[in-house]
Amino acid sequence: MDPKGKDKNVNHNRFAAIAVAALGGALMLASCGSDPTPGGPDKGTSSAEPTKSGAACPSGTLNAEGSSAQKNAIEEAITAYQEQCPDVTINYNPTGSGAGIKQFNAGQVDFAGSDSALKTEPKDGVIEADAAKTRCANNPAWDIPMVVGPIAVSYNVAGVDGLVLNAQVAANIFNGTIKTWNAPEIAKLNPGVKLPSSKIAVFYRSDESGTTENFTKYLQAASGGAWKKEPAKTWTGTGSGKEKSAGVAEGVKATANSITYVEWSYARDNNLAIAKIDTGSGTPVELTGESAGKAVAAAKADGTGNDLRLKLDYTTKEPGAYPIILVTYEIVCSKGLDPAKTELVKSFLTSFASSESQSSLEQIGYAPLPEEVRTKVDAAIKAIS
Amino acid sequence: MAVTNERQQLLDRRPQGLDLGPTGRGGDRLFGGLAKGSGIAVIALVVFVGGFLLWLAVPALRANQASFLFSREWMPGIQPPRFGIVDLLWTTVLVSGFALLLAVPVAVGVALFLTHYAPRRVAGPVTYVVDLLAAVPSIIFGIWGIKELAPKLAPLSSFLSGNLGGFPLLRPGIADNGTVFVAGVVLAIMILPIVTAFTREVFAQAPREHKEAALALGATKWEMIRLTVLPYGRSGMVSAAMLGLGRALGETIAIMIILSKPSPDSPFNPSLFAGGETFASKIANNAAEFDSPTKTGAYIAAGLVLFVLTFVVNAIARLILQHSERKHA
Repeated sequence: MDPKGKDKNVNHNRFAAIAVAALGGALMLASCGSDPTPGGPDKGTSSAEPTKSGAACPSGTLNAEGSSAQKNAIEEAITAYQEQCPDVTINYNPTGSGAGIKQFNAGQVDFAGSDSALKTEPKDGVIEADAAKTRCANNPAWDIPMVVGPIAVSYNVAGVDGLVLNAQVAANIFNGTIKTWNAPEIAKLNPGVKLPSSKIAVFYRSDESGTTENFTKYLQAASGGAWKKEPAKTWTGTGSGKEKSAGVAEGVKATANSITYVEWSYARDNNLAIAKIDTGSGTPVELTGESAGKAVAAAKADGTGNDLRLKLDYTTKEPGAYPIILVTYEIVCSKGLDPAKTELVKSFLTSFASSESQSSLEQIGYAPLPEEVRTKVDAAIKAIS
Repeated sequence: MAVTNERQQLLDRRPQGLDLGPTGRGGDRLFGGLAKGSGIAVIALVVFVGGFLLWLAVPALRANQASFLFSREWMPGIQPPRFGIVDLLWTTVLVSGFALLLAVPVAVGVALFLTHYAPRRVAGPVTYVVDLLAAVPSIIFGIWGIKELAPKLAPLSSFLSGNLGGFPLLRPGIADNGTVFVAGVVLAIMILPIVTAFTREVFAQAPREHKEAALALGATKWEMIRLTVLPYGRSGMVSAAMLGLGRALGETIAIMIILSKPSPDSPFNPSLFAGGETFASKIANNAAEFDSPTKTGAYIAAGLVLFVLTFVVNAIARLILQHSERKHA
């Protein structure tokens, strides 16, 4: 081979390499930009034939999509349901609340999971509740609270057990006003506890998340003005951001003198210490399934009739109520789905809302719906037609 | 005609009795067409992707109330949206550049070792092991980076930022280990195989005559490499580095797991010990929450900048190459 030929080869290789590099980047971006693929349009595969496992079981396929905060809960419920009714296939695609609502409104999925109720004010020229109504053949869509996800304030401070915080102190820690663990504000809430003089390392969710939104809603509502930023899915406080719940939990576990807010299940799985919250009721409240449930019971109904959207009372002084919670809803058509699908939705949600199913959720880090809310949910599911 | 002559010469030189089969031009045309088609398809694809990004990004860019190129805010979800990419651009460039700075010298060393120093029975297995690095999924690199490597690098980080913190690039940054420094080291390891493989190929092709000539003139081994192999492989090394840079700019999952994001209101810190987000990691981290066209558009616009950045980097590399080739011609 002559050297000239080789030179050419190198040139070709380089061109190819550059093209591949550029394309690789481009394709990656393109795939990130496009909408998540839905579970596929309804095929009407369902039929209401009686099955061997009993007359209560329909058969068919149910597609749902939405909030990742309730992913583990709904997967648990699906497994339990399918043990009873093996002829039903339920797919839940945890792509996020926004995506779920979008797919529901586009008629791509049968119900959506969302960590906030359908919005009634316009966003980007679309009113979610109206779009949902159109999707349900001009019947209102209902927000049915189903999964209660408590948010734990988790910390890693050697030798400090049962740290007590209140909303104001938490707000000041998370906005960077309180910088050290032995600050007088923290010491006042924790008499007799030896707090280190180290700096507080705050971790927050770097991705947009409903957990951040709910936590900042709590801080803003309950801190008496200490938290000044608007609640949002994007973090506006101080600290260093880690990716998703697993990231912040790992951050706190690996970093001494750190603190974060994280879904309860992650705090438990990583054996992180969880702060008790002083709500002003007298005794600081520990996070348990029951205490989180009490806060749901204390919430006010914000919708009409069977639209069970809740207005959480973050400032509740109800004794034993743990106020930092996130409620995810299943968003369903009150009417207007085809009868076979309607039956499937009702059958599955009834099973999901049953007290056995709800109490089994506590093992995986969710709080069961309190009985008084659960009966309302049950009634709403029965009213779907 | 030259082509006919060449063909005739080849035909004359073929061993007697070898039958080339029918000698029509049909196969030529078919193959030429296929090759041309593939080339055009690639270009069309790039243009299409660019156009798609632009199409989705423009409405968001119109609505944007902040300076897209110079603002440090990132609030695409509020009304009206405010977002800018300067932080993302800096982190992307810094982490990729740092990774390249670490990886290229090592890769060149490994490639020289494999082609000119190692005995053949060592070179084979070592090549295999280096290539194996490329087969490790990036999520594994990410988890290993933050759980294993980061704590081990922490003393070095605090030493550097403690003693040389006067340099802006070494200024102390965030409290935890998720720094650009750690991410850059991991990224360097990730791009090492591709840069090594490429430079190795080029070094192996250095003309034997040149090498023997250098040795015959009394050059030592290092002088021989410096005088013949390295100049010959220069353009290959630049291509290899660019290929590595391309991978580094687009790396997503490992970076996303390792890097911590500094607090939103913190002042700009150019340091290696600050955290941050790259274009790719930010897009991937938030992909689940693209719930409005404006928000999606904002992220797509950021992606578009990465797209352009890749092109610019490659264009610069080509210019450098052309320049140096002209000088040596």
